[in-house]
Amino acid sequence: MPTLSLQQLRTRHVGPIDLDIAAGECVCIRGASGSGKSLLLRAIADLDPHAGAAVLDGRACASMPGPAWRRQVALVMAEGQWWADRVGEHFPGGCTPAWLDRLGLPADALGWQVARCSTGERQRLALLRTLMQQPAVLLLDEPTGNLDEDSTARVEALLGDYRREHAAALLWVSHDPRQAARVAQRRFVLEDDRLVEEGEEDGGEAASVGHARSLGAGDAAW
Amino acid sequence: MVIELTVLDLALAALLILALAGVSLRLGLGIGQRLVVSAARTTIQLLLIGLVLKLLFDNVHFLWVAAMAAVMITAAGREVMARQKRRFVGWWGFGLGTLSMFVSSFTVSVLALLVVIGNTPWYTPQYAIPLLGMVLGNTMNGIALGLDRLTHEASTRRAVLEARLALGQDWDETIADTRREAIRVGMIPIINAMAAAGIVSLPGMMTGQILAGTPPVEAVKYQILVMFLIAGGTGFGTVVAVSLGARRLFDERQRLRLDRLHTSAD
Repeated sequence: MPTLSLQQLRTRHVGPIDLDIAAGECVCIRGASGSGKSLLLRAIADLDPHAGAAVLDGRACASMPGPAWRRQVALVMAEGQWWADRVGEHFPGGCTPAWLDRLGLPADALGWQVARCSTGERQRLALLRTLMQQPAVLLLDEPTGNLDEDSTARVEALLGDYRREHAAALLWVSHDPRQAARVAQRRFVLEDDRLVEEGEEDGGEAASVGHARSLGAGDAAW
Repeated sequence: MVIELTVLDLALAALLILALAGVSLRLGLGIGQRLVVSAARTTIQLLLIGLVLKLLFDNVHFLWVAAMAAVMITAAGREVMARQKRRFVGWWGFGLGTLSMFVSSFTVSVLALLVVIGNTPWYTPQYAIPLLGMVLGNTMNGIALGLDRLTHEASTRRAVLEARLALGQDWDETIADTRREAIRVGMIPIINAMAAAGIVSLPGMMTGQILAGTPPVEAVKYQILVMFLIAGGTGFGTVVAVSLGARRLFDERQRLRLDRLHTSAD
């Protein structure tokens, strides 16, 4: 039984999208900037009005309150946002020290002032903030966008373990095809407002996808 | 008892406005025309209201007083809306401020007329209209400031609010800081006015009563009453308006809906 199921999901110009992500599976999406990847994630997290349905383990998004859905289907935005002065105030339940360590952060990181953290530190802390809520689905918008190679590897490893241990479904937006190859079981391109699956086993489709892309989906505007 | 002012007296005072307009022209301030137009509006509007009040005082009837109050509150609601850089679309833009003022200013004024002043009839326009006017004017300021801050903050801090929603916080927790700040902003002017009253500023109503020959201590007592009414009206009005506005920023799925605001041209 698939963990997350999108049925005819539409938001602004994106969609309709049908996609099932099984428990413990990671799906990567790439696409030109402006193609609507972030819009799609926002719609799945129910932050934007949308048509169609998102269903988690048989329970429709519409059947539960917004916050309950978002705790289960957690969006980690590309730009982490902070509202209090100290990092720790954003972790109401604290943070597992082992996780801090695995992302290369010291145990006292929760006592830091947000303003003094680097962009990379904030990105890792924002990811941990969400992981601490133990969501069933993670919607990741460029989760390693501001990270160096070492930190990227750490994040990929931690997310991989989280996915296996919690049987979590991951929807991972990445612009890096090598990262997609490393972390994902299935890969899609979002273009012309549709998801098209990529993969070596389906050469014909992949070729047509490449062709469509070269025709200038890169300057798709919205 | 009151020294009557002649047209000539007012014309002399109007010279001040003209002189100021001359300075504006000279310095290229570009507000000379607006100054003259505003001064003209003041003259015409106040003369008209003087006539209306004279009519009202000569024909004391509950319906007339109620109609006057309705006009005042509608005008105040429009003014609140006009002062918003980002206002709620549809009826909410006008209704939010108007409803809040109705709830607070109206209740406070009626309460004061019935319980504190206790005139017969309680709606005697000499008391009811000025009282409502003073409470309404200040409540209008508080609500306009509070709502403006609320919608400004929600728009500029959109990313933070949505990050909190994405973490599963509910709308109430997400907007709590912003709402608190907006209510504070709306209430601070009247708190400052109370703190400065009598030391820095002599409030207008008291000054007017003294000019009209009322013993100072009597005038002061009325002023204290009015200050408290204004504070109550402004405070509760701002709380109601900002709270309703904050709720309206989120839909039934607890999404932040900034598309429910539109930005005015200027």
